[in-house]
Amino acid sequence: MNNNYAITANNLTKRFGDFVAVDNISFEVSKGEIFGFLGANGAGKTTAMRMLCGLSLPSSGTATVAGFDVYKQNEKIKRSIGYMSQKFSLYDDLTVKENMQFYGGIYGKSDAFIIKKTAFILNHLHLEKEANVLVKALPLGWKQKLAFSGAIFHEPEIVFLDEPTGGVDPVTRREFWNMIYQASDLGITIFVTTHYMDEAEYCNRVSIMVDGRIEALDTPSKLKSTYNAASMDDVFLKLARKAVRACRLNNWHETIFSF
Amino acid sequence: MQAIIIENIIKTYGKSKDVMALNNISFNVQKGELFGIIGPDGAGKTSLFRILTTLLLADSGKATVDGFDVVKAYKQIRKIVGYMSGRFSLYPDLSVEENLNFFATIFNTSIKENYDLIKDIYVQIEPFKNRKAGQLSGGMKQKLALSCALIHRPSVLFLDEPTTGVDAVSRKEFWEMLKGLKQQGITILVSTPYMDEADLCDKVALMQNGKILSIDTPGGIINNFSNPLWAVKSSQMFHLLNDITKQDFVKDVYPFGEFHHVVMKDKSGETLLKNFVQMHQEDKMQIKELKPNIEDCFIALMKN
Repeated sequence: MNNNYAITANNLTKRFGDFVAVDNISFEVSKGEIFGFLGANGAGKTTAMRMLCGLSLPSSGTATVAGFDVYKQNEKIKRSIGYMSQKFSLYDDLTVKENMQFYGGIYGKSDAFIIKKTAFILNHLHLEKEANVLVKALPLGWKQKLAFSGAIFHEPEIVFLDEPTGGVDPVTRREFWNMIYQASDLGITIFVTTHYMDEAEYCNRVSIMVDGRIEALDTPSKLKSTYNAASMDDVFLKLARKAVRACRLNNWHETIFSF
Repeated sequence: MQAIIIENIIKTYGKSKDVMALNNISFNVQKGELFGIIGPDGAGKTSLFRILTTLLLADSGKATVDGFDVVKAYKQIRKIVGYMSGRFSLYPDLSVEENLNFFATIFNTSIKENYDLIKDIYVQIEPFKNRKAGQLSGGMKQKLALSCALIHRPSVLFLDEPTTGVDAVSRKEFWEMLKGLKQQGITILVSTPYMDEADLCDKVALMQNGKILSIDTPGGIINNFSNPLWAVKSSQMFHLLNDITKQDFVKDVYPFGEFHHVVMKDKSGETLLKNFVQMHQEDKMQIKELKPNIEDCFIALMKN
């Protein structure tokens, strides 16, 4: 395989009975890239992400993440990636510091690494005074920034961000993207989903899923010229309106990723 | 005629009342108005909705819905309002039709009696009326929940974050449905964290941390943004942000889609920005003057 890719997928497919949730998707994500993974509700994004995170076996096709095979090496994949969702990423009844120590601990980092890294993060986020405050007392914006720091605490090759900025105020949303840029600068590959189309513009490349397939994949500026659209919002509307399966049975997509 | 009157509502949480969810909120909603409460998580939107729908008591202050006091006349209010909460509020193990029937029955009416009100929305899910609600897609659940909230023909409809986590296409469809309901004379109070949805309301309150930052028509809020606003882009967006931040004529600059938005201290900044572009020709810089949108206004109000 090509070592410049953080993620490769070839005809990756997932079926639930006769329902094809993810239908032959193929793409590569380069190391250090900020890759936007867009699609309407029920398009198959979460199912695709679960396969890439080593949590769900594909029905057919191949994929590698951080060089590891999603069929045979999913435990190695889990060690090489970070994951953050909008809903659950931190323990409310642990303090800021304890949450960071917890992340370091489950990824098997040494005490010295954990102490040093925690100090770095608290300093970077200006949270030194809040080190011993319970996470539930923090404003949402701070929680999201702290959750992102937790997701990359063990310095993974790739971090998966599932709607990390949902419901976050517009100023914090931008601070959050600043953190994404900094992580990408350090060489961490970013795989991100969002419903905010202005954020699609901040990605190096964007894929748009419709009915289980990748309908478009390119840089934001090329997508706009290909679809003769003024903004990524227009591109998305033009593509997602083609979807026919919005009425399909797909309650599974809401229950996953609750680990 | 006022459909909702809110006067000095304060709501705190916690034993020592140290979490200020609503900090002295007052405003009115006219009958037939589509009124939006725009704000991020933690702004206090849900607390306000729960107080107005008589599910939560305020610490102090007064509120009425359709002339009824939310504390003294809570039973009357419950009969005349429709409420769609942010969370899925249907019975997952009942079918689509059974859910609708259930809500009609507890309000002492029938689907037939008020079918005209929900027809445009319900026909979209009627083909699936025998499917269990728990097995519907997100967009369909939303349509069913809205039908259930409407089936007793409420005079005021409360929609708490109906479009959160919903994709851009379904969001557009949902707002089309609201326009239709407004034409039938129903007062609608709707909350959303998506700033771009403000434009679709008759009037909006921008909320943050339990306070109202501004309250006006969307056009009025935009007209209050007095500083010149320009969009800038170049081949080096990250460097551009750092460089522009340092310029004296700049009040604020932040990324906004493919451009950075530059808020200037005053009109004189325009010449200075053009000079700045001249000095950085190698970066293929493009600039244009902009009309602010609600998100620009929200950012400016947050930083004030």
